[in-house]
Amino acid sequence: MDRELTKSLYKTMLLIRRTEERILEEMMKGKLASTMCHVSIGQEAVAAGVCDAMAPQDYLTSTHRGHGHFIARGGGLGRMMAELFGKETGYCKGRGGSMHITDITIGHLGANGIVGGHLGIAAGAALWSQISSNDAVTVCFFGEGATNEGITHESLNMAALWKLPVVFVVENNHYAMSLAWERSTAQLNFTEKASAYGIPGVDVDGQDALAVQEVAKAAIDRARRGEGPTLIGAHTYRFLGHSRADPSKYRSSEEEERERARDPLTILRTKAGTDVITDSDLEAYEAEVKQQLDDAVKFAEDSPLAQPSTVFEDIYA
Amino acid sequence: MPTMMYRDALRRALYEEMKADPRVFLLGEDIGLYGGAYAVTKGLLDEFGPQRVRDTPMSEAVIVGAAIGAAMIGGRPVAEIMYVDFMTLTMDQVVNQAAKIHFMFGGQITVPCVIRTQQGTGRGAGAQHSQSLESWFVHTPGLKVVTPATPSDAYGLLRASIQDDNPVIFLEHKGLYAIKEDVPEEPFVTPLGVAEVKREGADVTLITYSRMVHLALEVAAQLAERQIGVEVIDLRTLQPLDMETVLKSVSKTRRAVVLHEAVMTGGLGAELSARITESLFDQLLSPVRRVAARDVPLPANVALEKYVVPNAEQVISAIEETLAVKQIVR
Ligand SMILES: Cc1ncc(C[n+]2csc(CCOP(=O)(O)OP(=O)(O)O)c2C)c(N)n1
Repeated sequence: MDRELTKSLYKTMLLIRRTEERILEEMMKGKLASTMCHVSIGQEAVAAGVCDAMAPQDYLTSTHRGHGHFIARGGGLGRMMAELFGKETGYCKGRGGSMHITDITIGHLGANGIVGGHLGIAAGAALWSQISSNDAVTVCFFGEGATNEGITHESLNMAALWKLPVVFVVENNHYAMSLAWERSTAQLNFTEKASAYGIPGVDVDGQDALAVQEVAKAAIDRARRGEGPTLIGAHTYRFLGHSRADPSKYRSSEEEERERARDPLTILRTKAGTDVITDSDLEAYEAEVKQQLDDAVKFAEDSPLAQPSTVFEDIYA
Repeated sequence: MPTMMYRDALRRALYEEMKADPRVFLLGEDIGLYGGAYAVTKGLLDEFGPQRVRDTPMSEAVIVGAAIGAAMIGGRPVAEIMYVDFMTLTMDQVVNQAAKIHFMFGGQITVPCVIRTQQGTGRGAGAQHSQSLESWFVHTPGLKVVTPATPSDAYGLLRASIQDDNPVIFLEHKGLYAIKEDVPEEPFVTPLGVAEVKREGADVTLITYSRMVHLALEVAAQLAERQIGVEVIDLRTLQPLDMETVLKSVSKTRRAVVLHEAVMTGGLGAELSARITESLFDQLLSPVRRVAARDVPLPANVALEKYVVPNAEQVISAIEETLAVKQIVR
């Protein structure tokens, strides 16, 4: 086991978890400027594992449930909080909010509010990488709900046809709002799904960060070698509701309990053993994360509000 | 000056931009081997090769999506959508993505891409292949909308569109591809957002764009014989809209008619009429009139199609009505 990798994945997951908990806390206090906010608590291993496998020049496209991707890719917490608080120091000048968080300087091409809306964009970024030989791979995160959107088919086919350097990562948390994967989808097996496009499809335990990292690394390397896309189905679970308004009535509490017992943080810690991630490591990580978040919230609080007149800016370049 | 067809002028613009800038590339259905459904891209595959002239699968959403994604990280794609009617399949990409990205992400990312497509009637192409849908795009802040009426403008405006850092919906007209005009040999760029006064006149301003410019000029010539001076304005781009030129002309003529091939309801005529009235209400000698297609789907039958779209008679009678309204003595 790679100790450094293990520690790093753990820290990333912890940072995502605590950040989203803090976001929910701040939301309860009425600090968020928008009502749109979807957390990925329970799904951290996918973001952490995949982003770890990316190279600095790579790109990613993200979803409405995108905090994890953003943080795992190295997005700054202060400007992220400021964005959620509607402050002008936010990444999107306080007009994008949680659902559109973006930082182009880390190759983040945007969190998208249209389910499936960014699959074509990911294919296009990869197309430009192919044409310009810029050696970048684009990672496209999306939920299993998005697999049933029309553009998903178009994008997978085009990417496969042209062997574009893109990796499609399905975060299969088994629910698209209320709709269970089995109730929405005829073909549940990702290897089979991918075979329709003539590309490799891999099912991986999305609660196991190391397993995700390994699969993602292989797919990204393959894409970078010019061998084309891979479809990864990372099986995970959304521990909380779709959004704060969702009491999750469509699933049983037994199921929730069973799935919550498969917490990616616990799984990694158990796999690593207490000598790789010691109790005192844990304490230190927690303290560090808390400090980072306190600083981030303070930065956001101290920042000026986005001014209404700025709505006329940036409509055209 | 060489005489050039509208389609050849477009091809010349693509060719020159591709020669000048390696970031420019083309993608679309049947644009390579086939040369484009309306033969605009003919020969470009041989000239620039399959990396930069991409025959895509029949997948309109991802054609536009891929153009956006490439544009976001440094490419300057020009996508072709065979008919504007098929833009319906790309609307999420155009409206929710291309138009929003620059603003929504706080100005961090630009989307310099051109979506070329063609619209309009004249060929009996029917309800799903003849619409004029410019209003949909004009109604979406973040897009630029271009509607060339002549070979020179097709060339100059396409070059400007490719050089622009924003998503541009470039609406050609299927009935114009074969029209000819002398186009200067010297390369030039026609800026977006500048209307052109195609003909001067003192009595009424006739505002139009795309193929209807030719009808407007025909009508203006006819009315000149009756000593009625019609000033014809070709808007050329609908977003940005050159209101300065429009208002300047209407302040002079004090009468205005707006003419377009798109259906009347919710069309550019409504927008222009409102703006003119808001700005010049007390100077107008008559209400602003609109001449537009009837509010129906287009029939494939050419005779029925003809009945639906504006004709010279309708334009003339609209102009006559504006002239018949007597000046109120104050
Ligand atoms: C095109 C589109 N349809 C519907 C919605 C409303 N909506 C937002 S998230 C969501 C469920 C998405 O499920 P999935 O893709 O699995 O992602 P998850 O929320 O599980 O992360 C729905 C229906 C939307 N935003 N966009």
